[in-house]
Amino acid sequence: MLGLNKKDTSLLLIVVVLTLFAPFILNPFPEGSAMAQFNAGYPDLMQRFVIFGIFAIGFNILFGLTGYLSFGHAAFLGIGSYGAVWMFKILGMNVLPAIVLAVIVAGLFAVVIGYVSLRRSGIYFSILTLAFAQMMFALAYSVLTPITGGETGLQLTLNDPRILGASQTAGGNIPVPSLFGMEMRSSTDLEIAGWVFTFNVGYYFSALIMILAFYLSIRIFRSPFGMMLRAIKSNQNRLSYTGLNPRPYTLAAFVISGMYAGLAGGLMASMDPLAGAERMQWTASGEVVLMTILGGTGTLIGPVLGAGFIKYFENIFSKINDNILHQWFAFLPDGLEDFVVFIIHPFIGKGWHLTLGILFMLVVIFLPGGLVEGGQRIRKAIKGKKADDTETAKTEPAE
Amino acid sequence: MDAIILQILNGLDKGSAYALIALGLTLIFGTLGVVNFAHGALFMIGAFCAVTLSKILNLSFETIDPNKTDFLGNPLKVKTPYVESWFGPETGAALIDWSVPLAILFSIPIMLLVGVIMERGLIKHFYKREHADQILVTFGLAIVLQEIIKYYFGANPIPTPAPDAFKGSFDFGAAIGFDPNTIIYPYWRLVYFMFSVVIIGGVFAFLQFTTFGMVVRAGMADRETVGLLGIDIDKRFTIMFGLAAAVAGLAGVMYTPINSPNYHMGMDFLVLSFVVVVVGGMGSLPGAVLAGFLLGILESFASMREVIDLIPGINQIIIYLVAIIILLTRPRGLMGRKGVMEE
Amino acid sequence: MSILEVKDVGKRFGGLQALSDVNLSVKENSVHAIIGPNGAGKSTLLNCLVGKLIPDTGSVMFDGQSVLGRSPYEINQMGISRVFQTPEIFGELSVMENMMIPCFAKRDGAFRMHAIENMMDEKDIVERAEHMLEEMNMADKRDMHAAAMSRGDKRRLEIGMCLAQEPRLLLLDEPTAGMARADTNNTIDLLKQISDERDITIAIIEHDMHVVFSLANRITVLAQGTPLVEDDPENIRGNPKVREAYLGETA
Repeated sequence: MLGLNKKDTSLLLIVVVLTLFAPFILNPFPEGSAMAQFNAGYPDLMQRFVIFGIFAIGFNILFGLTGYLSFGHAAFLGIGSYGAVWMFKILGMNVLPAIVLAVIVAGLFAVVIGYVSLRRSGIYFSILTLAFAQMMFALAYSVLTPITGGETGLQLTLNDPRILGASQTAGGNIPVPSLFGMEMRSSTDLEIAGWVFTFNVGYYFSALIMILAFYLSIRIFRSPFGMMLRAIKSNQNRLSYTGLNPRPYTLAAFVISGMYAGLAGGLMASMDPLAGAERMQWTASGEVVLMTILGGTGTLIGPVLGAGFIKYFENIFSKINDNILHQWFAFLPDGLEDFVVFIIHPFIGKGWHLTLGILFMLVVIFLPGGLVEGGQRIRKAIKGKKADDTETAKTEPAE
Repeated sequence: MDAIILQILNGLDKGSAYALIALGLTLIFGTLGVVNFAHGALFMIGAFCAVTLSKILNLSFETIDPNKTDFLGNPLKVKTPYVESWFGPETGAALIDWSVPLAILFSIPIMLLVGVIMERGLIKHFYKREHADQILVTFGLAIVLQEIIKYYFGANPIPTPAPDAFKGSFDFGAAIGFDPNTIIYPYWRLVYFMFSVVIIGGVFAFLQFTTFGMVVRAGMADRETVGLLGIDIDKRFTIMFGLAAAVAGLAGVMYTPINSPNYHMGMDFLVLSFVVVVVGGMGSLPGAVLAGFLLGILESFASMREVIDLIPGINQIIIYLVAIIILLTRPRGLMGRKGVMEE
Repeated sequence: MSILEVKDVGKRFGGLQALSDVNLSVKENSVHAIIGPNGAGKSTLLNCLVGKLIPDTGSVMFDGQSVLGRSPYEINQMGISRVFQTPEIFGELSVMENMMIPCFAKRDGAFRMHAIENMMDEKDIVERAEHMLEEMNMADKRDMHAAAMSRGDKRRLEIGMCLAQEPRLLLLDEPTAGMARADTNNTIDLLKQISDERDITIAIIEHDMHVVFSLANRITVLAQGTPLVEDDPENIRGNPKVREAYLGETA
């Protein structure tokens, strides 16, 4: 179907089902129950799942396939956001032109940065991309303030021209991003028994784009181009001596992944029309590296899983506080209860980044293939008991 | 002329910090072949050693002063640091005043220990892995270390003053024959510069004149051969890692009066130090020092009013710009050996 | 008619004159061996032919065109394929994919952006790759990880990948180095078969005299960076100068 083989089709279908039914899947607990705090089915968080999913899918096309580790990819995300917000200011609140511009601008920057950075490989490439991103961050924060809004970020105002729309709404407010009249922020609630499910326009719009982005990445993975990229990671020397020029291939991969990042940035601005320089900082670049590795570098589904995983736990962990911990461990004797809470305390709430850092190290050390490899290992362990493992010698195509 | 001298002086303290961190980075890269993204965190830990010592010295107990009352008429509580009651008010106050220099002694064993634990516990297992994996795992470690510090010390910068004796500024211009007050330089920055020169000199002397250093240098040149000689190079490399950690830590300790330490200072300096290492040449010790000072001074020149008016924002990006140009035209850096990661 | 003409090539590394006044002419459809003791400059010469090094002086003409200053991939596209001393293949890719890459390079040139098509839908490429695998007797290993194969198989695959490009000149750099006797003989047979059945020129750098005399119909002896003599194998065997420079050393 759609030019995919059976395995890839089912993978795509899984992603489609998961994203379309996310409002149900992510809200398993009835409203008002003690577990309701673990629900993740509200629009803001769900939007972040898919937007960072797009970002990570794109990053994986570069890092997963070619092995070139970029430490400056957040710059493209930031550029995308700025581009989109400018479109809202000048043209109007329709998200489509904003997103198109975001992708184009990010792509142009990627061409320039990629052209220079890709003249080196390995750690030098990482440092070059890092240097470019830091440079852009520093500029966005200071001298480029007229374009970027500097420290406060770029925001919409009532005085923006918006040639194809209105500068302000009838009520004198700043208009909100929309797709041909459908406001991104509008939601419908569905109440079934004790459950409340929220369907948000912005989420479904982003989800559809992510499905498209995911489909495109499958096609790239299975294409001759994708194979060349894997060949570059495997043995660039042999590739040159086989008559192929690695540079345009890596540059194309870099630009594609930069455009994915721009797309994510544009979507982010479409959900909440402001853009700030902190989106471009190198810790933000580190985050997408982390998502990709955690999910499984070079696998199709990995980056999506990684992005979802990190954004989910970021949200949940930051919400847990000492009171909740005390409730959980109330069954323990008093002294022990306090002790356990004391031990866990640094890892929750604002300590989420600590947990993340530890998780990151553990994955790199013990599970370089990420969650996907973890899943495969578990599956193999179960299978291994049932039948002899006959496929060890065969290649496991990337899932 | 005086403006130029002033900018050179201004560049020295930042340059010293770059040089000290870059020295450790390149030492680790040259000996262990590891790209350590957690090196900035070591700089930060050093700075927080100074903060910790100052907090310890300031630990106080409360007594009630029978002769005084506060404005409500209650007896006044007076805080007395323990050190003042143990060593007498004057010695105690001096100890507190000198907490930053004292932290040098306090931090050396701590940094050595942190370095050795880091190398034995984590880095050792990554010698054979790809550079990308090394970057990733040390990046994770850097996050962990910085979050731990944030947890205990909070997110805000903690002012840690220099001893009173070094407060104020030195009229450098008057000393070398210019008009007074044209070139003014804070005493502590001068101290920092001289301190870093001593440390850098110490590291070079150690590598140059001790047998230990000789073996390490031989190991940097050709690890396998040295291993074949039956010398336990691994143990020495562990010690080198501890040493690099101590150098970064000391750089951090002494930097606290210049910039109040915060939890993300390590990351801020790391990126720049990496750039410094690349400009100086991966694995080249003199290159790291030279590039550190050079870039520090260059940055301060770029911050001059006249330059900024000419090219806005240049002060923010000059270092990166230089690094990009160097990487593209001379990938082995200013003083890097030919063939070292030149690809 | 010579396909490769090396004229007055010299190359210096610092104080070491690695090559000087190298003149060499490889005839079309011949098997030309370049032999010489260690440090004679064989590898340097080879690297000058494939674009890895640029000689300081002289010229290298392939089929009437200069190769100097061109990148390895451009030289390869001109029709020179290279087999490395240790097999260079795409270890993380399957054997079939390894074989498909040179087929793509042959059909599409140095770069073509085909990012949407499924590679298995490229019927002509798949067919050609499968055909080459069969010819190399590797059809059964089609789906294996290339890195998981034995060294002999990797060598076969590498040679097959080069042949898939239908090169006019095949360069081999000590193709049997570090091989067991049986593997060496297999490789000799394979190369013989290739040179008999195909319209191809082979230039081989070799240390092993057994390999050289089994294959070559023309031999150049290199010593201290300069050609000592170029002749037919029978004459080389008896040449006292060669014995002195070469055989005397290795005994």
